Amino acid sequence: MNKFYLGVDLGSTTSKAVIINENDEIIGRGITNTRANYGVAADITRDEALYNARFSVLRRKLETDFDNKPAYRKYISDLESVFQYEQFKVRLDQLGEELLKTCDTYFRDEQQRTEILQHLRTIRRAFKPRIKHDYLYNNLGAKNQFFRDIVSEKYNEEVNKLDKHLFEPLMTVWDKSISPAENVRIQFDFRELVHRAMDELKVKYGNLPDTTDDNSSLHFDSEINQLKGSFEHVAESLQSHIDEIAQMEFNISNMTGTGYGRALLPFPEDCIRSEILCHAFGAHAVFPNTRTVLDIGGQDTKAIQVDSYGLVTSFQMNDRCAAGCGRYLGYIADEMSISLNELGPMALKAEKDVTICSTCTVFAGAELRELTNLGEKREDILGGLHKAIIMRAMSLIARSGGVFNEFTFTGGVARNPAVIKYLSQLVRENYGDKIKINIHTDSIFMGALGGAMFARRNFKTELPTAKSRKSVA
Amino acid sequence: MADLKDAIKEKSMNLQKEMLAKQFHDLSQANETGKKVVYTFVPGNLTELILSFDMLPVYPEINALQSGMRKKSADYIKDAEKMGFSEDVCTYVKCDIGMMLNGNIGPTGEKLPSPDLLLLSYTGCFTFMKWFENLERLYPGVPVAMLHTPYQEEGKIAQEQVDYMVKQLKEEVIPKMEQVSGKKFDPQRLSGMLENSARAEDLLVKVLESAKNVPTPIDAYFAGVYYIGPIFTAFRGTAEAVNYYHELWEEVQERMRRGLGPVTPEGELKEQKYRLVMEGPPNWTNFREFWKIFYDMGAVIVASSYTKVGGVYDLGFRHDPKEPLESLSRYCMGCYTNMNLPQRVGLLEKYVKEYKADGFLINSIKSCNSFSAGQLMIMREIEQRSGVPVGFLESDLVDPRYFSYANIKNRLESYFQMLEQRKIILRQEGVIA
Repeated sequence: MNKFYLGVDLGSTTSKAVIINENDEIIGRGITNTRANYGVAADITRDEALYNARFSVLRRKLETDFDNKPAYRKYISDLESVFQYEQFKVRLDQLGEELLKTCDTYFRDEQQRTEILQHLRTIRRAFKPRIKHDYLYNNLGAKNQFFRDIVSEKYNEEVNKLDKHLFEPLMTVWDKSISPAENVRIQFDFRELVHRAMDELKVKYGNLPDTTDDNSSLHFDSEINQLKGSFEHVAESLQSHIDEIAQMEFNISNMTGTGYGRALLPFPEDCIRSEILCHAFGAHAVFPNTRTVLDIGGQDTKAIQVDSYGLVTSFQMNDRCAAGCGRYLGYIADEMSISLNELGPMALKAEKDVTICSTCTVFAGAELRELTNLGEKREDILGGLHKAIIMRAMSLIARSGGVFNEFTFTGGVARNPAVIKYLSQLVRENYGDKIKINIHTDSIFMGALGGAMFARRNFKTELPTAKSRKSVA
Repeated sequence: MADLKDAIKEKSMNLQKEMLAKQFHDLSQANETGKKVVYTFVPGNLTELILSFDMLPVYPEINALQSGMRKKSADYIKDAEKMGFSEDVCTYVKCDIGMMLNGNIGPTGEKLPSPDLLLLSYTGCFTFMKWFENLERLYPGVPVAMLHTPYQEEGKIAQEQVDYMVKQLKEEVIPKMEQVSGKKFDPQRLSGMLENSARAEDLLVKVLESAKNVPTPIDAYFAGVYYIGPIFTAFRGTAEAVNYYHELWEEVQERMRRGLGPVTPEGELKEQKYRLVMEGPPNWTNFREFWKIFYDMGAVIVASSYTKVGGVYDLGFRHDPKEPLESLSRYCMGCYTNMNLPQRVGLLEKYVKEYKADGFLINSIKSCNSFSAGQLMIMREIEQRSGVPVGFLESDLVDPRYFSYANIKNRLESYFQMLEQRKIILRQEGVIA
């Protein structure tokens, strides 16, 4: 039987899970926002990685059995997307119930309660089909794909359409409902869900117009064009393979938990490892010549030096202040009312250097308003903010001993193109042109990957962890 | 001197407790008994000289760390900040000033007497000078004796430097002491005390060097400041100190004979997984919590620089009864904080090798310029020269706002896991046996 290994990285902002096979190849990835209940976050990200692993196995079959035909590939990718929507739908229903329940108990005044209830029902009816459409036609684009973010965006849009006096009660209902809805793990039956997704796809492809020229909401491409006529045949040929992967048993032989919340993971103590080791190990596995790793996560930045075995020789972390981490960007995005993923591309358009002080996240908000007031362009200010983040990281790297060839950048922030631009620039300015800079598309999963790889190696040892502090007077 | 109320105690610890209680009681009675009180600092202290005039020493840094351990420092610091001291000022200073403003109650709950003399020997820390300038204002009219200790810029002590210090002792310090105490300087009495000092120093070095054994019978940092070192400062030169170190050395020998590990507040540390060398002072506000992270993970400190602030006796220096003033001068200049950075690196490198350490850690103190200067350089040098993994922690002396348990625990956990992982993989790869 195939053996699989799981790594879960419970970060301050997002929780990631990676499943690898016996050859250290990633076959499943899961990511979700970290929430009050760490256990639920870990469960959800692991479930996601497991579903993704099934689809990966399906794709691998495709290579051998179907000669990697484009139409089949497109079908599977659409299927996975609709599969995600099916999960989403269940959560959405649950949130809907929660909203109504909150409304029922929160408002004493019957007239107000009836009014809010009515609006909630309208809002639900309005955003559900829109979310479905986004999923089915891959319109989510570069936006955050977490349940909380997607639904909150749509909910806000709907609330903003209504009269101002409704804003506060409707937002209160939202605030009181999202946490309970989010902190519950829902167990799905993969087989049932995948079949539902197939049915959904049947409708989607069946409704495809003959020409796509007049419908700009559809992404016309040759693959979908091929599917238009043949989806029934494609679905039929894949059916038995899909059933097979739905029934496949994923035997997780070993697992490792890491990240800031690792101590709270429901894992045995000897399965918990420091994220510093995991990030370094993951980065080194993907880029074996790595000697220096920079990881910028939600609330900490780590500069790590590793040796030829991927072992950490020294590290430095930010202390007492998290300015310059992922949350800094999140805060700025909120201040500017744009999504986190839009920040980087916008900053890339900067035409001049605006100097931003990098010492405090909260003050950066004030600086931003002042600079806007002075007439600086948003793009230029954002450029300055991104540079400020990297200036802080450079100082941490210097403390850890500097950059050695090769240099690998990991963590959620490594997905931001402006961060990459300034980092590359400053690394080259300070450490020369010969430094090779590695950034992997899976950079956010490096910690989880390192964890999974530790799990596969199964070092039989009790790693040191501090016991509970309770016994200290 | 650290107070750990419910900790498991050895005989020496109880002996220390009695000695210190008596010391603070004597201080509280100083006005009644007519004893004169000298405030002075630990690094390069002139304890024997003070005692030879029958005066009592008070060490403000020790009072501050005691206040830190007794959870009083936060309020004291707050009061000093209210007076206008900046957030960045050394927290020992602010804690001491705050304690004074709150009635100068010492660690035993008894009131500390006001100083009759401020003996300022600023060894390696220029904040000391500002500290006493403030005390001088707070105790108007108090005489001040200055003793300038030249820094070992060249990495050695030159005869001219010794002469310079002896001159200051003769012309500035001793006359002021005679004036305040009303007694004449008695060189013979001082020599007799220095003879005791040298005996206690021999014993202290034996105790500290017992950590070269694997496993070690002592912890040379936490226990070093908790019960091995403190007696040295206030009692050096007395017969009681010699007696204390005899007792302690007996105890350590007994531990070695029985194969016992170091004493922790929760009893013997049974499994010693990691031997470390530590640079920098500890955090005092969360001393026990800080220590617990180490012993819970099986880590023991085999050598530390902080315990050498009061003298680096393991490099061979002994107080010399034959040349009392010269040897006091050499002592002042030889303290760890008065050594230049290459000397510090050399000493720490020697510790890593001789004490067979698995790693090297620095606890960087937010408000201590004296210790912080050069620490990153020291860390890198030690890493390169000795090849052991190095780690860097950040906290503060007595300001609880700068001790982040989660942060420190996370770093230490990562550090120890890194040491463990190294052992396993390097063994697998055949790099180590």
